[in-house]
Amino acid sequence: MKYVDEFRDGELANGLASTIARAADTGRNYSFMEFCGGHTHAISRYGVTDLLPANIQMIHGPGCPVCVLPIGRIDLAIGLALDQGVILCTYGDTLRVPASDGLSLMKAKARGGDVRMIYSTADVLAIARDNPDRDVVFLAIGFETTTPPTALLIEQAKNEGIGNLSVLCNHVLTPSAITHILESPEVREYGTLPLDGFIGPSHVSTVIGTQPYEHFAREYRKPVVISGFEPLDVMQGILMLVRQVNEGRAEVENEFFRAVTRGGNRKAQTLVAKIFELRRTFEWRGLGEVPYSALQIRSEYAAFDAEQRYGLRYAPVADNKACECGAILRGVKKPTDCKIFGTVCTPETPMGSCMVSSEGACAAHYTYGRFKDVEIVAA
Amino acid sequence: MSTVKPGYTRPLDVRNGRIDLSHGGGGRAMAQLIEELFAAAFDNEYLAQGNDGAVLAMPSAGGRLVMATDAHVVSPLFFPGGDIGCLSVHGTVNDVAVMGARPLWLAASFVLEEGFPLSDLKRIVESMANAAKSAGVSVVTGDTKVVERGKGDGVFITTTGVGVLPKGLDLSGNKATPGDVILLSGTIGDHGMAIMSKRENLAFDAPIESDTAALHGLVADMLASGSGIRVLRDPTRGGLATTLNEIAKQSGVGMQLDESSIPVRPVVDAACEFLGLDPLYIANEGKLVAICAPEDAGGLLAVMRAHPLGRESAIIGTVHADPHHFVQMKTRFGGRRNVDWLSGEQLPRIC
Ligand code: SF4
Repeated sequence: MKYVDEFRDGELANGLASTIARAADTGRNYSFMEFCGGHTHAISRYGVTDLLPANIQMIHGPGCPVCVLPIGRIDLAIGLALDQGVILCTYGDTLRVPASDGLSLMKAKARGGDVRMIYSTADVLAIARDNPDRDVVFLAIGFETTTPPTALLIEQAKNEGIGNLSVLCNHVLTPSAITHILESPEVREYGTLPLDGFIGPSHVSTVIGTQPYEHFAREYRKPVVISGFEPLDVMQGILMLVRQVNEGRAEVENEFFRAVTRGGNRKAQTLVAKIFELRRTFEWRGLGEVPYSALQIRSEYAAFDAEQRYGLRYAPVADNKACECGAILRGVKKPTDCKIFGTVCTPETPMGSCMVSSEGACAAHYTYGRFKDVEIVAA
Repeated sequence: MSTVKPGYTRPLDVRNGRIDLSHGGGGRAMAQLIEELFAAAFDNEYLAQGNDGAVLAMPSAGGRLVMATDAHVVSPLFFPGGDIGCLSVHGTVNDVAVMGARPLWLAASFVLEEGFPLSDLKRIVESMANAAKSAGVSVVTGDTKVVERGKGDGVFITTTGVGVLPKGLDLSGNKATPGDVILLSGTIGDHGMAIMSKRENLAFDAPIESDTAALHGLVADMLASGSGIRVLRDPTRGGLATTLNEIAKQSGVGMQLDESSIPVRPVVDAACEFLGLDPLYIANEGKLVAICAPEDAGGLLAVMRAHPLGRESAIIGTVHADPHHFVQMKTRFGGRRNVDWLSGEQLPRIC
């Protein structure tokens, strides 16, 4: 395992910060959206914005798979665990997302549901093998990064003839969400959301490559820099965006050439295409229905599709009325613009999705940045 | 001459035997377990009396007693660097020690699950006995219960410790004052990550070992140095971040930490990164936080570093006035952030 200190070096950061400050034109403002919650988390946790000049704004995007998973989808999973008696497996973060009736998967577990936290899809396969007389359902969530492992799980289950395993698929697509934001009235017409470029998530691009972003750059004239998740990577990405804006360029650049190529991982893409197809539409928590923004399991693999196997019907559930998540996910508002931020809505009692995972914009600001909202009293 | 033969009880089959319900039933089997395993390992005058409780003599006039209790439910029971046995001693000894007291006696209560191997129990009990001996405490009373298979997790151990507080000493979490300095006795996150790497079968280049240890000796040296220590606490569950937030709240102050001065082993840091966890929130079992007056900080640090359990001690921050009781940190990176209370459990990120 590689140690990570070299990407968090404070001196390098200071050097980079002054390069950014020199590059940024004092006569204008820069607004960049980091699409992915992983970047939001890194920026907040390391206090990256403190190192940026005041005319560079970072806008938090919708890229946290936990945040965008709508209540109704979790309700389906809870129903499977409590009413159908399945072993429900999922990644850690998902357990805390609030669902209907004051429940969450963690609370469903306390009520007797067999809910298990897994670290990889290999764990799901093992659980299915070890419990041949039980039905095992994997609640799959995530962007392009976590999709190939789910595809592999389904393929392996089919090859091994494992009959007690199915997947409740909620995989969503980064490019569709970015298009959705660029097509939103705030960006297109009203101009309330100045957006000069995107920091793109590197882990997504290790799978899909940088190519899928090329048409944004062309059609929407927005530069995109694919960046790693270390704070220095993010800062390097910001510098590259500033330079593109200054030079009037709108291209896709790759900061994370350590692992990302233009074409991405073809093998993974082929596997994903074999198992999944586009969903016509999918509800994102906070963004609403987004056309062609998610994946479903192909009919050849219907036996492994929990939605088909249990005849599940999705019913949308409305968010709390006061919640501003939708505007926050589109970058139009800041967490503190929400009336219930930090009072009714906290990480302990999240009302909206942005407060759930530590990668959500509201949770990140609450956890790491709240001191900025109040005056500091000197020692 | 009497024809009654002397009773013969076959010794416990420690190698192959397992706990069954009779070991908690109050009859011969239980008496035998206590005698051959617990009393033999903890061997001392109080236990030998075989009473329901222990009669303890006050060791010094004018001293006060400190009592603390802790239930231990760790899984796995055996982990790199320790096991539930020594942990159950260290945890309680440390709770007593950070109050400034000298730990003297422990009570231990065992909840055993039917089917638990006697060999494992013996290992655990011996590890407890060793830990108690080197911490200078006696296990003077105890209790054993057996629950049905499936109703426990092998073994749960609750220990209660009693220690004596010297006259005039008064450490408390509400005594941190603006201007004070925060010290930490070594690297953070070792215990929690040792447990997690074993539980999740994560293999790292270097094994991560628990830091479980009894801190009474370190505390004694620190107190003997005459430094103006105001608060001592061991950052166990919830880690350093939780402990500091507790103290900040109790004392009604804010804190300013410097991330680059907080020691973390590179392998722990890498493991945390891998799982998406923050070492500030990971449990420790052999570390303490001290808060003292600024003029005493240098001297106290030297005393801590001179003790084997405090070799990597560091000054990690300061206390300041803040009505919001925020614990803030200057990141290694040069930015600033809150170090907030943990919400719920720390769970690994998904991507
Ligand atoms: S503070 Fe809570 S309710 Fe308001 S926008 Fe954020 S997550 Fe939604």
